[in-house]
Amino acid sequence: MPKVTVDGQELDVPDGATVLQACELAGKEIPRFCYHERLSIAGNCRMCLVEVKPGPPKPQASCALPATEGQEIRTDSEMVKTAREGVMEFLLINHPLDCPICDQGGECDLQDQSVAYGRGATRYTANKRAVTEKYMGPLIKTVMTRCIHCTRCVRFSEEIAGVDEIGALYRGEDMQITTYLEQAAQHELSANVIDLCPVGALTSRPYAFEARPWELKKTLSIDVSDAMGANIRLDSRGREVMRALPRINDDVNEEWLSDKGRYQVDGLTKRRLDKVFMRKRGKLTEASWDEAFKAIAKAKPGKKIAAVAGDMVDCETMFAAKSLLGAMGSKLLEGRQTGMDYDVSNLAAVNFNTTFAGIERADAILIVGSHVRWEAALLNARIRKAVKNGAQVFVVGPEWETTYPATFLGEDLSVVSKLPKAAADAFKGAERPAMIMGGAALAKGALAGGLAFASKYKLVKKDWNGFNVLHFSAARMGGLMLGYAQKNGMADIAKAKPKVVLSLGADEMDFEPFADALKVYIGHHGDKGAHAADIILPAASYAEKDGTYVNSEGRVQFAEKAVFAPGDAREDWTILRALADALGVEVGFDTFDQLQSAMIKAVPALGEEGLANYGDLPKADSKAKAEGVIDAYPIKDFYLTNPIARASAVMQQCSAELLHGEEMREAAE
Amino acid sequence: MANRHIAPDTPELRERWGSFEWTKENKAKADWHIAKYPEGRAKSATMPLLDLAQRQVGAETDTQGWLPLPVIEYVAAYIDVPVIRVLEVATFYFMYNLVPVGKYHVQVCGTTPCMLRGSDDIIAACKKRGMAKGEVSEDGLWTLTEVECMGNCATAPMVQINDANYEDLTVERLDAVLDALTKGEEPKEGTQEPGRHTSEPSGGPTTLKDMVDANHDYRKEW
Repeated sequence: MPKVTVDGQELDVPDGATVLQACELAGKEIPRFCYHERLSIAGNCRMCLVEVKPGPPKPQASCALPATEGQEIRTDSEMVKTAREGVMEFLLINHPLDCPICDQGGECDLQDQSVAYGRGATRYTANKRAVTEKYMGPLIKTVMTRCIHCTRCVRFSEEIAGVDEIGALYRGEDMQITTYLEQAAQHELSANVIDLCPVGALTSRPYAFEARPWELKKTLSIDVSDAMGANIRLDSRGREVMRALPRINDDVNEEWLSDKGRYQVDGLTKRRLDKVFMRKRGKLTEASWDEAFKAIAKAKPGKKIAAVAGDMVDCETMFAAKSLLGAMGSKLLEGRQTGMDYDVSNLAAVNFNTTFAGIERADAILIVGSHVRWEAALLNARIRKAVKNGAQVFVVGPEWETTYPATFLGEDLSVVSKLPKAAADAFKGAERPAMIMGGAALAKGALAGGLAFASKYKLVKKDWNGFNVLHFSAARMGGLMLGYAQKNGMADIAKAKPKVVLSLGADEMDFEPFADALKVYIGHHGDKGAHAADIILPAASYAEKDGTYVNSEGRVQFAEKAVFAPGDAREDWTILRALADALGVEVGFDTFDQLQSAMIKAVPALGEEGLANYGDLPKADSKAKAEGVIDAYPIKDFYLTNPIARASAVMQQCSAELLHGEEMREAAE
Repeated sequence: MANRHIAPDTPELRERWGSFEWTKENKAKADWHIAKYPEGRAKSATMPLLDLAQRQVGAETDTQGWLPLPVIEYVAAYIDVPVIRVLEVATFYFMYNLVPVGKYHVQVCGTTPCMLRGSDDIIAACKKRGMAKGEVSEDGLWTLTEVECMGNCATAPMVQINDANYEDLTVERLDAVLDALTKGEEPKEGTQEPGRHTSEPSGGPTTLKDMVDANHDYRKEW
């Protein structure tokens, strides 16, 4: 622990800290552009200059200078002040004065720091450099004249995303940041470079010229596009969510967000169900709430009522539906829409036990039936970190493009019980072995085989639990905690022949077996579920209601309501509450608070934000073997996995251009 | 210099260079370069391989050579490095030509010492012979580039033509060199000043004169 003095204040800094970090520990603000905590150190913007003794009699870049014993650092001297003014003046030489038409305006590092550290006027009168725009795909808008060459975007795509596609071409004044041949950035985390860009060179294309940061209402929310539960901030103006940005949470998403979570929000205003619809003579026609409720009551479901939870519903909605069904005497609850029927008697066996942050420490990882890059893009970045720290990764399932070296062991699940020698050796020698089972493996009934693997290779040790199941529905873990699971999955629901099926935003389910039932869709988008429904009750999306979500690692998180639902749409729980009255039963709550406390009373873990404790893994049946061949992963199109994304023009464009661009070009030829 | 740009990615370019691969000798050389670095560090061989590729393109087209995009992609694939990383290198260094050049790439130094010693005349002389900056002359022989300091300030002004330097130039001496090249001869490299060997002071040594013929111990004279 070196002892340094910052502006006369003595302090101990951790070994390996830089002078910049030492200054921050001392509470001093150091301006910077290229330095970023999660990226490698570049030291090329020179904005973080400080005076350091002993050392050469000139200012030094604090981000790249290690803090050593006895250093005297000054951040407030005349030398530092003039150095910062000088760097600022140089940076602004070629930076256009177009802040009034720049989307970064109001949240721009260059703007803020030139106010704080610049000298207020330029002495440069010659022509400024201009750089042509570079196409980077449908999400990233570029104005490269504004670029100050911090190379954060280059380092992000190389280090975090693992897709080397952005680079700095030419040199000196002519340096230009671009993708190879201006191809679109093609990975699931590409838009994070927009947040990283300290100036307005890379801005959000869908959000271009939409709003200024100071006119937006900021609401803390949770991303529901996958089961990562990324912490997001919804920026809204009036009744419209303008954009979603990641919030920092080192346990979950660090400070990244997948492109889908970020850009599906424009789908919140499109294809919305904002009126009650009823199917009359085979055709969906507008109706009133009263009419709809009467029709449901007329079906006299009694015990024969079932509820199927969709992928994006919050726990409160599921609990409200559970209470309603409970009052009717039914237990027909299911959330695994596609018919999966894995054993949920012990939730630890279907949880991501290692935790997302913990997987970085694993030294051998077996991925079984999960296209991690698409099912949890942020987790893929974590696995990449593990690989960088020396982990070996093996994958069972069809090949996909990993962003790290990985060995594919074929598509046959039986390989899990008899690993090839190289993989077996890696797991025997591993200190912290981990396995990740995805939806494709669960669908083949490989859970027991996975547990057998876990006990064979001792995945559970003191302070380490390497057995993981990775879900990709934001509602999944919450649903399982609330009992949304039948022994044989959807098959049991179908077998019970319910008279009324409540689909809580369930769009992926098969409505075929319920042809005779009254299908009531309570959801927010006119998608597959609404097409099949007899009655549509318009409800709220995740942005339009408070709600609790549990992510794949069992982390309970709370999202807040950002905007009001459009038209006649209501928050889901109020619909279910009103339905209870129509059906003449008592559910025991009249307000959201009552509903929430009833839910927490029933499942106490949902009341505490943070990791839920599911106890130990069940004892594995050592004879259990995983069998079958994984022919495909459940996600066919990363950008179109849920009704909101499918309604989003941006996601449709991404899908067409980034995933099907090749086919389109071929067709054009 | 600021007008460096990558040759556009056209179907013709792909057709002409898409099937580029090392000749047998060059493959051996490429592998020799890669073998200089530890296993898995083939990335370190980016620069020699780009140079080798440029020379091979030069041999194929009877020019100094350049780096078409498919060739850059080939080099990147050969050492398993993302192509953008190789392109960064290729665009950074001026010795990699990004567009086609002539058989003789005349690089005239225009930095201060050479300029003071008359590089403007040299450039004018080149232009008079039909060369234009950044362009290939009609006969395919010449490309003119003005470059920054080549480190021959003691024998300024100078030009670099492909792998050879020609120093102590006057317009006449430059013409003689270029004429010789046109005829396919190999003019004398280095200084063109009669009686001068390399970059020693012109008109004979001015210091350490006693050292010219034999070793001399100056210490006694201090």
